[in-house]
Amino acid sequence: MRTLAPEGTATVRTGLPAGDEHEIVRRLGRHPNMVEARMFGVMWSEHCGYKHSRHTLRRLPSGSPRVLSGPGGNAGVVSIGAGWAVAFKMESHNHPSAVDPYNGAATGVGGIIRDVLAMGARPIALLDSLRFGPLDDRRSRQLAGGVVAGIAGYGNAIGVPTVGGELLVDACYRDNPLVNVACLGLVRADRVATAAAQGVGNAVLYAGARTGRDGIGGAAFASTELDESRERTDRASVQIGDPFTGKLLIEATLEALESGAIVAIQDMGAGGITCAASEMAARGGVGMAIDLDRVPLREAHMRPEEILLSESQERMLLVLRSDDAPRVAGIYRRWGLSAEVIGHVTAEPRLVATLAGQIVADLPPDALADAPAYVPEPRRPRVLNGEERRPTARAAVDPLDALLRMLRHPDIASKREIFEQYDHMVGIRTVTVPGADAAVLRVLEAPPLGLALAADGNARWCAGDPRRGAALIVMEAAANLACVGAEPLAVTDCLNFGSPERPEVFWTFREAVDGIADACRSLGVPVIGGNVSFYNEAAAAGNGSAAAEGARDPARAIHPTPIIGMVGLVEDVSRPTRSGFLNEGDLIVLIGSGSGSLGASLHDVLIEGNIGGPPADPALGDTTRAIQLVCRAVRARLVRSAHDVSDGGLAVALAEACIMGGIGASVTLPSATQDHSGPPAPLDWFGEGPGLFLVSLPAEGLPALEALAAEHGVPCGAIGTVGGASLSVLASAPTGVDSFTVEVRVLRQAWDSLEF
Amino acid sequence: MRWGVVVFPGSNCDQDCMHALRSVMGQSVDAVWHEERSVAGLDVLVLPGGFSYGDYLRAGAIAATAPVMSAIRDFAEAGRPVLGVCNGFQILTEARLLPGTLVRNARLRFRCRPVWVRVESSDTSFTAALPEGTVLQMPIAHAEGGYRASADELNALRAAGRVVFRYCDREGRVLAEANPNGSVDAIAGVANARGNVVGLMPHPERASEGLLASSDGRRIFESALASLAARAEPV
Amino acid sequence: MAAFRVLIMLKPGVLDAAGQAVERGLTALGYGVEHVRVGKLIEVDAPDLTAPIVDEMCERFLANPLIETWRIEPLPGGTAGSAPAAAPVRASAPREGRQ
Repeated sequence: MRTLAPEGTATVRTGLPAGDEHEIVRRLGRHPNMVEARMFGVMWSEHCGYKHSRHTLRRLPSGSPRVLSGPGGNAGVVSIGAGWAVAFKMESHNHPSAVDPYNGAATGVGGIIRDVLAMGARPIALLDSLRFGPLDDRRSRQLAGGVVAGIAGYGNAIGVPTVGGELLVDACYRDNPLVNVACLGLVRADRVATAAAQGVGNAVLYAGARTGRDGIGGAAFASTELDESRERTDRASVQIGDPFTGKLLIEATLEALESGAIVAIQDMGAGGITCAASEMAARGGVGMAIDLDRVPLREAHMRPEEILLSESQERMLLVLRSDDAPRVAGIYRRWGLSAEVIGHVTAEPRLVATLAGQIVADLPPDALADAPAYVPEPRRPRVLNGEERRPTARAAVDPLDALLRMLRHPDIASKREIFEQYDHMVGIRTVTVPGADAAVLRVLEAPPLGLALAADGNARWCAGDPRRGAALIVMEAAANLACVGAEPLAVTDCLNFGSPERPEVFWTFREAVDGIADACRSLGVPVIGGNVSFYNEAAAAGNGSAAAEGARDPARAIHPTPIIGMVGLVEDVSRPTRSGFLNEGDLIVLIGSGSGSLGASLHDVLIEGNIGGPPADPALGDTTRAIQLVCRAVRARLVRSAHDVSDGGLAVALAEACIMGGIGASVTLPSATQDHSGPPAPLDWFGEGPGLFLVSLPAEGLPALEALAAEHGVPCGAIGTVGGASLSVLASAPTGVDSFTVEVRVLRQAWDSLEF
Repeated sequence: MRWGVVVFPGSNCDQDCMHALRSVMGQSVDAVWHEERSVAGLDVLVLPGGFSYGDYLRAGAIAATAPVMSAIRDFAEAGRPVLGVCNGFQILTEARLLPGTLVRNARLRFRCRPVWVRVESSDTSFTAALPEGTVLQMPIAHAEGGYRASADELNALRAAGRVVFRYCDREGRVLAEANPNGSVDAIAGVANARGNVVGLMPHPERASEGLLASSDGRRIFESALASLAARAEPV
Repeated sequence: MAAFRVLIMLKPGVLDAAGQAVERGLTALGYGVEHVRVGKLIEVDAPDLTAPIVDEMCERFLANPLIETWRIEPLPGGTAGSAPAAAPVRASAPREGRQ
């Protein structure tokens, strides 16, 4: 009696390229019907299917003795010892945030929280990594304000603290803002959940909010470029989240997991029921029968493809023994959520959906879940950003003026006006205030362990040289963790690029992946999962012609922006280290030998108006040793403060250490060159490079630090002392030209001037 | 001595309160579900912070109608100690167990940061061990913390010494710049006439341990123990 | 089924921060607005619903009489979501505070 709804003809559109459609027909042995075509259209979109990236992502190292769940799951999981583990993942929500910044960002937060929850973990922290156009541009300001409000609105209400992150500005992001959010969760090492459906006859349970028409076509929407004229219709595709329901979902799901009855679980995000059901079935090598009549609906008269592809938020799909279903459904209902058995697991690997007694879709799960993996041809751009840079006759730089300008720049300035909008303390695990080198949380369940988090993504370095730049980013994250005595455990990456259909972009993407791989191998840190966001290049404003409609504009593509999230383990969180100088009389020591570069530096952008040039050499071996040394020194309490040198070079790092410590310093600037006869070059003040740290310690502690540094083969030398109310930087040249003294109060004023 | 921490749908500081009480202060603590009809066996109640019912309609408005509120009302009217923190304070005003109301912060934004408050009255169950003028550092985290009351209510509060905390600077001076949310008269917390029901916007449970920026908040919980011991109320 | 629409506004004299923010936004867009107030709109359907009952709902729950006033309008369509009648049926009297 149940017959499959009629096949379409060969012209049933999936919205996919012709090659993909042929592949669908080949795999099915027939044409898909209309509902099935829509399902493929979503599952095989770039956003869900990772067609252009999957092959390349295999180049990333993903294993380590601690990894309990690697890439491909809802979130990666690594053991932290003492019977506990953390789930960690970063995701992007760039395109929806450009259309509706508040809801786009809010649902981004909700989605990544549910990914972590689906591993059986309690979400305990969020990091946000944001990119906008310059904040004096009205549109960028509006987007930034909306995004921050959305992250705050959702994160605060759901009760997961946003403990850190970054906000950087560049003209390339004006029409293509980036909203990347990472979530960390805590789970018992022996209770990590799985998404692989098992057990023929087991019940498939839908739990959470009711289903409406949110985001119909949303996943596909994420893979097209934005066109301002379509904003109105695109609005209907933006999902709306409800953090109150999200909170109930967290508590009910954790309680359900405690019951031990859950066989498999996945959250329903992009691609809705279709994505969750097909992936769960494919992973388990089984099938599923789904009765769409039993799905709790919010709207009347929903069509089968709407129910199957709706991206209504705050929903989970679970597999469990039929006998256990009433009990688990009862847990969700006690928390005020819908819970209905909507299907069961079958032996034959088919995903069969019925509505009103008729089969509306019948597809092999792995046909849906395994989109074709392309292997595009890369092509190096003829000119990398900055290779055409004409050498400028550098004007004599007033280092103090340049320093104050850099402190005022949004990339460096205090983000207090932003992070005070986030509840960064709920959960009472947070030990650091946002703005430190890395966020530190205590593991209440296993004291005195702590977890450190950092997110970094310097796109200027990548525009100059994607492989070097990406490696430098990974090193910077590890350096941030070292400053709080954290040993890196795992990386999650969020790779934001333009269109991979252009060979130059694809080359850049592959180079960046290789750079991440290089650095992770050097550090011995696995990439346990992540996200790729392509097509971040808003189409040119159309002039109405058919040709201009939907056209991509490579000139508006973003810089390659691979963002790295890193989690590290703190052995003893009871005495956290500081970034800022502390005591009058302490020695200031420079650790590391990083030869900085002005190429692709903030100095060159801001002062020279020139982005170009290759960034510094990552010097992986030296940098890794410096990072490991600092981590050991912090753990052994040999130093009182530790701060890494990055954007803006040594001058900015010194200023920051004084501002954060509320105390001055007297420093002799080391010369980057051997020639001491002239004034220090801007390179000395502002050169950016890896593996360079500023630490402070009592004078009597220096021998121990030097001995440890020698053991690691890392250069280290005292450059000054902490004290007073001013930062005095003296040139190494005997003439004392180009030195300056500035009150810490003045530095702080410049740094704390960001209005938001 | 048993503490009860009430859990509404959307409460998110309940586990923080339980940690402060149980793990830090070694107290016996029960979670009290919003559908409970009885709070028998409990000696102190805490309504924790969060976003009960998503703050929909008004913060605390829907929670004030929850089944458990009737037992809480009886408990309060019997003179037993009840502490409302942040959303808990909002719920107590909506339930009319405390006067006034909490409106949106003057700058319309959520603010999470440390503040200082001055103890204005030791005549409550939760400040019994805190001399007037004591300055406590605790964090706030709210978007609707602006205290408002009618002119008559304010006069009554002041006259009866029922303003319990005022926002101040670190030296204890009640200055305009120390007021983070535009509360009238810098009011951070108030009590009922008997002094057994207290509400405040700052979070004492987030300032109960040395490792967290301040442990001043613990003294509010300790005052409850002191005042209960002094009264030696029969169960 | 009878349906009513309730419009809840802040009392005059109570700081309407949201209204001020919206006013600034409209001004920034080039509109010469002088006064903007932001309130809430609630529609309620129930069998045998009457204006006095809705008034009581407002007094007890839907509004905070300390800082808000309200206006009740019947919805002739009989369901929440229809167009209102011409004139409001009941309005709360502004009061100084709860007794």
